[in-house]
Amino acid sequence: MNPRRKKRLTIVITLLIGFSAISGLVLYALSQNIDLFYKPSEIHFGKVETGIKPEAGQRLRIGGIVVPGSVKRDPTSLKVSFDLVDMATPLVFNDTDPTVTVTYSGILPDLFREEQGIVANGTLQPNGSVLASEVLAKHDENYMPQEISDQSITKEKYQY
Amino acid sequence: MWKWLHPYANPETTYHLSDRVIPWFGWLSGSLLTIGLVWALLFAPADYQQGDSFRIFYLHVPAASLSMGIYLGMAIAALCGMVWQLKLSDAAVAALAPVGAVFTAIALFTGAAWGKPMWGTWWVWDARLTSELVLLFLYLGVIAINNAFEDKQMAGKAASIIALVGVINLPIIKYSVEWWNTLHQGATVSKLGKPAMSLEMFWPFVVCFLGFAFFVATVTCIRFKTEILLRNSSRPWVKNLMLEQAK
Repeated sequence: MNPRRKKRLTIVITLLIGFSAISGLVLYALSQNIDLFYKPSEIHFGKVETGIKPEAGQRLRIGGIVVPGSVKRDPTSLKVSFDLVDMATPLVFNDTDPTVTVTYSGILPDLFREEQGIVANGTLQPNGSVLASEVLAKHDENYMPQEISDQSITKEKYQY
Repeated sequence: MWKWLHPYANPETTYHLSDRVIPWFGWLSGSLLTIGLVWALLFAPADYQQGDSFRIFYLHVPAASLSMGIYLGMAIAALCGMVWQLKLSDAAVAALAPVGAVFTAIALFTGAAWGKPMWGTWWVWDARLTSELVLLFLYLGVIAINNAFEDKQMAGKAASIIALVGVINLPIIKYSVEWWNTLHQGATVSKLGKPAMSLEMFWPFVVCFLGFAFFVATVTCIRFKTEILLRNSSRPWVKNLMLEQAK
């Protein structure tokens, strides 16, 4: 490679590394703001990196898995409440896991069901629950036809 | 080592090369897309949870991964253009940018159309969706700069810088779902180890993906040819070519 090309290549690579370092640092500094939601354990104990806990009255999003058996619907209105627990693979529910209760009044997305990932947008109440104004379903990355799903669900049911 | 590449620095040789490969790419893309889309949209089994609406996967995922692949190709062309000062690299950047922009727009649109019934919202400012939107703006920036200068060489230089700097966005898009909490799900197809998709749904995806990839190759070669002609319009070989075609 002739020296002029070599020089240009060095300049370009240096620039690229410089810009990557800058954007890496910026993203690292902003990392808590880029997270779309709090996990239920983070509402109880604070973010892992900083330990900052959200305050009552703060608008936030919470994301987690709907705990089986926790969905309570009001028979006379659209009010519904359910508990969320941290997302983990594989799905295991222990009684000791920190949960956060979400209350919501409105129509839930079609994918809403027990053991489904949910992201709710709302305000943290003084009693530690979240009053949601919007509930979104988070779909996981698994796709399968009905027959396979039936088999794997029965298998998982046997595990716990 | 790179001797065999040298003839292709000549615009005329490269023009004729892309001319020769276009029909191959075109037929491959046409047949693969026909097979893949019929298989995917009519015969692949429906998802246990999403039903038939999961089928947008066969358009959304190829479009999204190709939008990133095209950008990587464009950035490599820009790097070669800056270091070796090849005029053909500028033509390649100019040829790739609009194709990539369209595929990014398709990925964003199909994602929104799927998000409304599945998530319950068209759009959410999470890391994956936002960084993909930034990719669209990067493409639009490259196109705009390419057209902002009278002088093609100046335009090529400026556009190459944007294309190269924007490459930082690619790992951010790819790993956004792992680095941060997002509403967007993690990777299905490139997930290592346990497949996240049953095989009878996965194979039609492979065919669709290859079909779209060859479609990108076809369209890019056509655009590349046009860019070469535009940039060499005063050369005798272009004049001869035009005179021959006019006959």
